[in-house]
Amino acid sequence: MALAQHLPALQVILPLISAPLAILFRRAGPAFLIVTAAAWLSFAIAIALFLQVDASGLISYPMGNWQPPWGIEYRLDRLNSFMLVLVSGMAAVVLPYARGSIEREIPHESHYMFYAMLGLCLTGLLGIVITGDAFNLFVFLEVSSLSTYVLIAMGRDRRALTAAYQYLIMGSIGATFIVIGIGFLYLMTGTLNLADMVPRVAVIESSRPGLAALAFISVGVSLKVALFPLHQWLPNAYTYAPSSVSAFLAATATKVALYALIRFYFTVFGDSFVFGKLPLPEFMLILSLFAMLFANAIAIFQDNLKRLFAYSSVGQIGYITLGLSFDSVHGVGASIMHLFNHGVAKGAIFLLIGGAVARMTTRQAAPPAPTFERIAGLSKAMPLTCFGVVLGGLSLIGVPGTAGFVSKWYLVLAAMEKGQWWLVGAILVSSLLAVAYVWRFVEAAYFRAPPAGRETGKEAPFALLIPGWLLILATLWFGLDTSFTAGAALDAAQQLVHSGN
Amino acid sequence: MRDDLVLRVVGRLLIPAILLFALYVQFHGDFGPGGGFQAGVMAAAGIVFYSLIHGLVTTRRIVPDWAVETMVAAGVLIYASVGLAGILLGGHYLDYSVLSSDPIHGQHRGIFWVEVGVAVTVCGVMLKIYYMFASRGGAED
Amino acid sequence: MLAHFTNVITVFLMVAGLFIITARGNLIKKLVGLSLFQTSVYLLYISPGKLIGGTAPILSPAFTVYSNPLPHVLILTAIVVGVATLALGLALTVRIREAYGSIEEDEILALDHSVEDDEARESH
Repeated sequence: MALAQHLPALQVILPLISAPLAILFRRAGPAFLIVTAAAWLSFAIAIALFLQVDASGLISYPMGNWQPPWGIEYRLDRLNSFMLVLVSGMAAVVLPYARGSIEREIPHESHYMFYAMLGLCLTGLLGIVITGDAFNLFVFLEVSSLSTYVLIAMGRDRRALTAAYQYLIMGSIGATFIVIGIGFLYLMTGTLNLADMVPRVAVIESSRPGLAALAFISVGVSLKVALFPLHQWLPNAYTYAPSSVSAFLAATATKVALYALIRFYFTVFGDSFVFGKLPLPEFMLILSLFAMLFANAIAIFQDNLKRLFAYSSVGQIGYITLGLSFDSVHGVGASIMHLFNHGVAKGAIFLLIGGAVARMTTRQAAPPAPTFERIAGLSKAMPLTCFGVVLGGLSLIGVPGTAGFVSKWYLVLAAMEKGQWWLVGAILVSSLLAVAYVWRFVEAAYFRAPPAGRETGKEAPFALLIPGWLLILATLWFGLDTSFTAGAALDAAQQLVHSGN
Repeated sequence: MRDDLVLRVVGRLLIPAILLFALYVQFHGDFGPGGGFQAGVMAAAGIVFYSLIHGLVTTRRIVPDWAVETMVAAGVLIYASVGLAGILLGGHYLDYSVLSSDPIHGQHRGIFWVEVGVAVTVCGVMLKIYYMFASRGGAED
Repeated sequence: MLAHFTNVITVFLMVAGLFIITARGNLIKKLVGLSLFQTSVYLLYISPGKLIGGTAPILSPAFTVYSNPLPHVLILTAIVVGVATLALGLALTVRIREAYGSIEEDEILALDHSVEDDEARESH
């Protein structure tokens, strides 16, 4: 069909059009329908594109029929198509959930704006993943970031405003660093097309502007990734944002930034330079260890459940960057797998917590913060929700049978290949830390008595329970049948890691 | 500021000129500095100048809130429609060459409509930002 | 040094902007610093775009050397992004002022901590 060749463009355009249409209709109902339809369609397109790349390899789509390298092209290989499925899949699950969730969290007049912003955020994230042009990547990065700041600021707690402001300042510094790096790359190579840069960068990468470009891009993307010392914005942003926004961001925002890191390190600069000639493997190793150990440890001492899982996210991102620092097929493959597995698991956990918060919200008041004191004994009232969170937690720990185990397994395999046995120990220690904070939830929800007046209660609303459980079942499924995640991830890693090139 | 005679007279002279100049910049983006964004900002600046003299309430009667929000959305949709027209006429997304029988004329058309979309959205956004900031804090006129 | 004076100004603006963001606690001053930082990037892109002896990038039979139009296009986009970020930041500042009564970062943090201390005291 003639439309099939335009799927790469439609992938980004459908969510993009849904946002102004949602604004035009100005009422929550039509806005919800338009943006959700766009999200589901883009999920279908992502799956179609994934299958197409699986069958025929690279897809290149020149925008406006201007041939690369002069024009902007959308370029799909194994890595992108895999990421597209993750991002659009999360949007497809979160949007129906958001309908019920924001009823109690956001004033009714702003609902249509919420959906429009979610549509724009989805556009930006999909655009970052699919584009093959460096400056286009920056533009989509800003589109997704700006809509994210707005979405976070819609939270009921007034601390959502300061969280959004802090994220705005740090995120804009990060994006500006990225654009400075891209500027240096453009000045030295004369092109903005990522694929065209590959041979040209190889010539200039050891020069001072080349190294400066690498440095600026690294710092900028690390800010967006929330890599250990630059993670300060993440806990506040995830804690005070509306539940559906926390879930969507936890699953996609940092993962897409990690994709950008992988793209710049492995494709543009080439891993033989970045990991071979520069001390980046050691540097990333140290930062990843700090993330894995410190962030997981800080998580144990949190009182607010959302904040606990936010710090857990910072720790899990440490696993991903650890895998990248190995620069081997198993290491990078483990990272890409963990991008997907952690996204699904963390998204599920935040969706389920949001469902519990929604049930605990009384008609007129603001939604209560999910502190340990408030969720004591929750398993009696909401058994399904608590069991779901426990299963998600098991995936974070990496228990066999869940998706988290698969990526941890490959990570340990990559560490053993390098002969770094102490790293295997470090990974196990951080998994034990994860056991500690998941156990805190189990102890509070299952073994404590509920506060007076809440011995009986209803389960979380079904409309909010089902999307969360869908993702939990996906986590279990991908833990048992790894052909999709492991297959695509290892394939992508094969394409990215050209050792000795 | 409505009572200040100088401002009212100067406004009456300048505001039409500003709006006309915005249109000039819009259509001469091909040949000199200009284009959609600049034109949109200038048009919005003219309307903001009017609002500074005559007050937010009067301006809101002339350019109501629903019109501003519609401008924001409509501009983006115009831009996206030009792209989709490219697909429907057989080319790629945002392919201007197929918009007319002659590729160069097609490029002209494509850029023209795309810039119109940009100008409409930018003008709408600037006005919306102004309305938002000006209406907070309570003090009117 | 004089031959690269655009680079010197670029770096000065960059560092000045970053310094203001980190050293000042007033929310609006931080946004001004962010704007300054982003402005330095515009200089970074545009100044190498002008070729010596190059004219404006509009085709004409009388000229052979044209300045590079691509940086101008990129910077137009970056300027719009900067404007949007500034507008969003200012809108957030207005809302923070309404919610907290202050736009000084230390006062806002103090208010948050006192609220959190009250919450902790209530629950124990």
